[in-house]
Amino acid sequence: MSAEPRQSDFTGKARIALDDPKLRANFRRAMDGLMAKRGAQFADPVEWAALRARGIAARAGSLARLPELLEQLERRCAENGIQVHWAETTQEANAIVLDILQAAGARRVIKGKSMVSEEMHLNAHLNAHGIATMESDLGEYIIQLAGEAPSHIVMPCIHKNKAEVAALFADRIPGQPYTEDVDQLTAAARRALRGAFASADAGISGVNFAVAETGTLVLIENEGNGRLSTTLPPLHIAVTGIEKVLERLDDLPPLLSLLSRSATGQPITTYVNMITKPRQPGELDGPTAVHLVLLDNGRSRVYCDPELRDTLRCIRCAACMNHCPVYTRVGGHTYTFTYPGPIGKILTPQIEGLDCAGEQPHASSLCGACAEVCPVGIPIPQLLVRLRQEAVSPTSTAVKGGGTGGSLMETLIWRATTLMFTSPRLYGAGSRLMGWFGHLAPAWLPGLDRWTRTRSKPKFAAKSLHRLAKERGYPDA
Amino acid sequence: MPEPQPARERILSRLRAAPARALPADPAPGGPVWAPPVHGDARLTRFRAMLEASRAEVHEAGAEDWPEILRTILAAKGVGSVLYAPNTATGRRLAEAWADAPAPTPALVAYDRPVEQVKPMLVERIDAAVTAALGGIAHTGTLVLWPTPEEPRLMSLLPPIHAVVVDRGTVADSLSAVITAERWTDGMPTNAVLVSGPSKTADIEQTLAYGVHGPKELIVMVIG
Ligand code: SF4
Repeated sequence: MSAEPRQSDFTGKARIALDDPKLRANFRRAMDGLMAKRGAQFADPVEWAALRARGIAARAGSLARLPELLEQLERRCAENGIQVHWAETTQEANAIVLDILQAAGARRVIKGKSMVSEEMHLNAHLNAHGIATMESDLGEYIIQLAGEAPSHIVMPCIHKNKAEVAALFADRIPGQPYTEDVDQLTAAARRALRGAFASADAGISGVNFAVAETGTLVLIENEGNGRLSTTLPPLHIAVTGIEKVLERLDDLPPLLSLLSRSATGQPITTYVNMITKPRQPGELDGPTAVHLVLLDNGRSRVYCDPELRDTLRCIRCAACMNHCPVYTRVGGHTYTFTYPGPIGKILTPQIEGLDCAGEQPHASSLCGACAEVCPVGIPIPQLLVRLRQEAVSPTSTAVKGGGTGGSLMETLIWRATTLMFTSPRLYGAGSRLMGWFGHLAPAWLPGLDRWTRTRSKPKFAAKSLHRLAKERGYPDA
Repeated sequence: MPEPQPARERILSRLRAAPARALPADPAPGGPVWAPPVHGDARLTRFRAMLEASRAEVHEAGAEDWPEILRTILAAKGVGSVLYAPNTATGRRLAEAWADAPAPTPALVAYDRPVEQVKPMLVERIDAAVTAALGGIAHTGTLVLWPTPEEPRLMSLLPPIHAVVVDRGTVADSLSAVITAERWTDGMPTNAVLVSGPSKTADIEQTLAYGVHGPKELIVMVIG
């Protein structure tokens, strides 16, 4: 059913992306801009530290009580008239959404931006059952017209420049002339989508935070398409991961601040839309029915591992990818699955399994930029290393596909390295041998070729640092 | 009675069975504790500056003369029709003041029927809407809107221009202060919205463009 390729091919796709100067320029420009804007927002390190500590406490505290809070959220929503549904898998979630739509006789759906609906491949499922879906976030609309997937979790069409958008609009929107004027392109999208909003039978959206205390769904955005999708049609279905719950309304202000400032460098997004009830008697607009679909899709398994649980703190701000030297160079599509960049590298292998995304934790230099900017302090590099270990020698059953990674060559190299580094004699002999004969080893030598495929062969020094120090007479060398 | 949901039970039992974990240590031990921002005397200045930074138009007016000032502003923009809420204090004041105003005065259109009966008009044919705000937030330059049966949700969303009337006495320091002062935890309305500027997007080459779906212009009348 899933339209998604089951296997990631990071290495192959990265090679193609690296050879695409236009793609690289598009990402470089965008990431530079986003980094500068975020940097300006958090210029005061004291304020950043205090706010981030509050954000971490809010997310970690809510996760610590996740099962109770989900039940509380469900109770509050029910009291408020919002129907809650639970789905273990994306197939179940798709079936639930389809059922609700079919029961309401809905044929046309307008969508606000939702990464969880991308994770579900919801559009493909609904289209296959004769329900038309229209993305309304400008970026999502553009990539839907182009038949592509998002390449960034906040700015889905970041891989395209305006000339590409101009050509796409001229080709696909009736009566639209070619123009690279961004105002005119935006106005064209507004015109094209207004009718779709008015004629939609249902709106589908994601959720940024679900507040258990009051049963409130919080959605943030700049465009207003999310508000339209959740206000104009008679039916609203929100889909979200089970980890998005917040314990208290008081947790919201610090997290809103961290999220908007980290994501786009704005003090706050243009709209913060807080939905608590369907249309009440006497009210003139708003959907008469609101549904909330809570999707697990592996999250409860992630939750079972105390260390990996931190993955679920994520508020999807994308700062980690904006600052990632790997993501910036290879772009979002290289990651194959829905979530790219550092968060994707820890989330995808846990959700899809190390057997199909096991190479992703390796697509990192462990530079630590992601952990430095993450507003909820997820120790991403630490989790990457943990997942690399799980792929070879699993320590728990928490990680899907654990133990499916590694190779004989990898095992041999590690054994030899361990031996060398635990025996001073062997180490001394080995480094001397390298100094003498290392330069004779051909680049294609098995083992060495893993390195030389993409890099030049290292030049071995004639004498090791240890020997040099000894010769200079350092006493403790 | 809702149907039994086996998925619900399975998810919850997995979560309940998960090992408990100590909360993470304070990442900034001994560091400052986060407190909501306070602006004191600078509150209104900050409110205005932040709104203007996100390209809202801010005007100060008296509790009596704001409809006349707003009329001039809207007329200068060539606004022909204005959606208003006839059964709110703001709406009544507007209708009274504009009743015998000189030309050019925009025509007032009441939003007093369910959206299903007026959708095409709302979506395509209104130039501007006037609503009140429950309050403001100085720190981020934000308007707090609590739509009501008398002043429905779409007023602040569909027309290309949204004019908001906010009482200067209702401008608070921060969202946290509003949540506490207004006791939001006692119960939230059907929909509450924080608005911090006109609708905008930077999806095409990070170039800012306004009015992509919501209002292209936000006019804030700070009164009192
Ligand atoms: S991992 Fe952290 S930085 Fe990355 S998207 Fe999530 S919250 Fe943002």
